[in-house]
Amino acid sequence: MAHQLTIFLENRPGRIQSISKVLVENNMNIWAFTIQDRGEFGLIKMIVDKPKQAQLVLADLGVACAMKEVLAVSAADAPGNLAKLTTSLAEKNVNIKDAYGFVSPTERKGICFLEFENPDGVDLEETIAGHGFMILGDEQLYEL
Amino acid sequence: MEVNYWNTGIETLERPALEQLQLERLHHIVEQAFKTPFYQKRLTRAGIKSPDDLQTLADLCKIPFAVKDDLRQSFPTGLLSVDMAEVVRIHSSSGTTGIPTVIYYTQQDLDNWTDILARSIVATGCTSRDVFQNMMSYGLFTGGLGLHYGAERVGMTVIPIGGGNTRRQIQVMKDFKTTALHITPSYLLHIHSVLGEYDTTRDDLHLKKAFLGAEPYSENTRIKLEELYGIDAYNSYGLSEMNGPGVAFECVYKEDMHVWEDAYIIEIIDPETGELLPDGETGEVVLTNLIRSALPLMRYRTRDLAYVHPEPCKCGRTHRRLSRIQGRTDDMLIVNGVNVFPSQIEEVIMAVPEVGTNYQIRLTKSGSLDKLTVQVEIYSKMFTGDLSALDALKGKIKDKLRASITINAHIELHEPGALPIFEGKAKRVVDEREKL
Repeated sequence: MAHQLTIFLENRPGRIQSISKVLVENNMNIWAFTIQDRGEFGLIKMIVDKPKQAQLVLADLGVACAMKEVLAVSAADAPGNLAKLTTSLAEKNVNIKDAYGFVSPTERKGICFLEFENPDGVDLEETIAGHGFMILGDEQLYEL
Repeated sequence: MEVNYWNTGIETLERPALEQLQLERLHHIVEQAFKTPFYQKRLTRAGIKSPDDLQTLADLCKIPFAVKDDLRQSFPTGLLSVDMAEVVRIHSSSGTTGIPTVIYYTQQDLDNWTDILARSIVATGCTSRDVFQNMMSYGLFTGGLGLHYGAERVGMTVIPIGGGNTRRQIQVMKDFKTTALHITPSYLLHIHSVLGEYDTTRDDLHLKKAFLGAEPYSENTRIKLEELYGIDAYNSYGLSEMNGPGVAFECVYKEDMHVWEDAYIIEIIDPETGELLPDGETGEVVLTNLIRSALPLMRYRTRDLAYVHPEPCKCGRTHRRLSRIQGRTDDMLIVNGVNVFPSQIEEVIMAVPEVGTNYQIRLTKSGSLDKLTVQVEIYSKMFTGDLSALDALKGKIKDKLRASITINAHIELHEPGALPIFEGKAKRVVDEREKL
């Protein structure tokens, strides 16, 4: 499983900058991020190359930061792949709470990050591997 | 101008006779006070053994001041002087630190209170022909029920609608041709700003008079409201410790409020030293209730700042007049007519583990109405990263605050350490409201 950081930030100029600045100062790389806006604050969700160290660095900065496991799935950049992936998860009663992703045009590969609920505790690897997808852990992401 | 009295004899009583009446009634209250554990101890310690120790009104100063904390410390029955079977009504306000204050009334006490409210209403020129829409909250708050019974005694047609629900308020005003209102000035301003949304103009209404109370406002706001609606608006003053509204009320001349001195002894003191101040000087209002037997309360420090002027009024009443309330000696906030202490908000926040102990209270205007925003910091260790948990947290704080202070607050979540750190609690309040 990959690890996602969720950071609580006030919705005002300079807050995201302060986070990205401290990460770069500590030689950390941001792979993907998305923001949920809630008026006076927002949650920034990030995939970084060293999530555990990043959480410590952010804690030292005094920001509220939580880490959770997310599903990082890689697939060939081809039409219909997302439909296939979501179908296989839906069939096993796995709920997708939030998702974001990117496509690497040079490698013709897509990576998507899924926050999920798996009430029946199904084996996710088995569920989606059969459809040609790969689940990536932190190390594999780092090697991309 | 036409001047009407409810009780001509009392309202125009010559000062010496009025003061004699005060002394007689004070003796009765002291007698009642000796029946309570609180005053037994306090009066004895002050060297007062019986009502006879108060020979003249000047001896009143032998009685120690009472403060809100005395009411809390005496909760629930430390100040009750009659058998509970004689008590016919309870009013209560939420305390500043969780312990409420309670006021008891016998049937006679309610009759006395109702009578001075009838007197107040008649002093504004209202009669039994008026249709009275009482837009103050009913329930434990004294503002609603107090005026309600007073208006019934005058014989007005009373509409006990209570606060809120603007659409219905306007509809009822039209349906029953309401002529008189009891309302907070900010709500009356608000209603005017939304009349158009309900396809209503001032000409669809039949309003003549409004009794304004429960929050401070200026002469300019009164004039503005009178012009907006084409009405006469009257200032009123009261507090639950002194029964509720009707301690002082304006007459048709609207030149400050007559304190009903047969029912209350008013003193103005220097809030720092406790020394009596002469008429005309602004200080803390101290009141002695002369018409309530069930819960005697003497020389109660209201924390309200005002002054008394003794010049005779054109209406012929001999009861002196009280100025508008100029401010408070404590940190009490008035939000849309509801009294709130910052400590009540603090207590709620301290009991929520998901947020830190630093907070800020902001008061702003949303249109004519007050908006209370409570800013809190989320507590890092309790942060799960779940947005719905944060939404639920806001809802939880909002619910707890509503339960404690009866106000719908707007809750804002902030980063740990983002709010300014203050030493004193008063500074946690940022009041950006324009004064009414």
